Amino acid sequence: MNTLRGITWLLVLQATGEVLARALALPLPGPVVGLVLLLFALNWAPVRDSVAAVADFLLSHLSLLFVPVGVGVMVHLDLLGRHGLRLGVVIVVSTAVGLAVTALVLRALLPASGVATTPQRGDAP
Amino acid sequence: MSEFVQLWVYLSSTPLFGLTATLVVYLLAQALYVRTGQAAWANPVLWSVVVLAAGLTATGTAYPTYFSGAQFIHFLLGPAVVALAWPLWQRRAVLRAHGARFVVAALAGGAAAAASAVALAWALGLPADVTLSLAPKSVTAPVAMGVADKIGGVPALAAVFAVLTGMVGALGGKYLFDALGIGTDAAGWMARGFALGTAAHGIGAARALQVNADAGAWAALALGLQVLLAAVLIPLVARLL
Repeated sequence: MNTLRGITWLLVLQATGEVLARALALPLPGPVVGLVLLLFALNWAPVRDSVAAVADFLLSHLSLLFVPVGVGVMVHLDLLGRHGLRLGVVIVVSTAVGLAVTALVLRALLPASGVATTPQRGDAP
Repeated sequence: MSEFVQLWVYLSSTPLFGLTATLVVYLLAQALYVRTGQAAWANPVLWSVVVLAAGLTATGTAYPTYFSGAQFIHFLLGPAVVALAWPLWQRRAVLRAHGARFVVAALAGGAAAAASAVALAWALGLPADVTLSLAPKSVTAPVAMGVADKIGGVPALAAVFAVLTGMVGALGGKYLFDALGIGTDAAGWMARGFALGTAAHGIGAARALQVNADAGAWAALALGLQVLLAAVLIPLVARLL
């Protein structure tokens, strides 16, 4: 029952996000607006308790959700074949650049004293 | 034999086929991934995609037929993006303390990834529409498609590049971070996770989540930030250029 409530909350917030994004012509996709809404809603115990279980389940299988789009690569094999090597170089190099710059910049900015990353479960018992 | 063919024709044309095949192949790939001690090369997304694409090609099944079933899994990406709020909310104290640092790192990394992709594609003489489709490749696939459409790229290509980028990041990230001397203490996991979410979006975040819960949470934060920043900034920069 709690799981059902959790998935319902996620869908309601996503739908609200879609409506807000369209109505206000926001440059953000609906689910991202839903994410921001949920960030506020989580301060409310009934939402937190039901969403927690579903969110942990969905996020622990996040990689599965990319498989259908990933298989779509097969439709573009001819293009990938035509520009294959050059595309490969661009994608590998730019991804490495992005990873390295982000990690190094963040590490340089973080205080030397270290960071505490213990999750807080909120004030609910 | 003809009965078998008829059965196959029936099965392959119902949504049941795409959905079941995706789950079965993914669970097998996941089992391999666990058995190899979560080795980066055994990435379950990569192998699921390879096996499914090969299977569809071998049986002459069209992608839209497959997708009619797989869309039920694809649909869950929306609620999953909303659910990313949960790991963020759990770490809200750190978020408040270091918020500005995260935004600076996300901006620097996102800009470096997009700029190096566009510059390199241009230098190698790739067509303009392909080059523009490469710009939003660090953003999660559904958002990358929207951004590419806005700046004159091809949405379908942008999705393909985003997926490939995610896989490259998930596969190679560990080796790159080791080479850069990023450790595996709390700050190290934060840098690793955050970088994966920034440069390799959801597929990188999924990898981070599997390796370390904290790294996963910072990847989720980076993923959300990157979507916010890229959705606003890439079309803006493209207009100015």
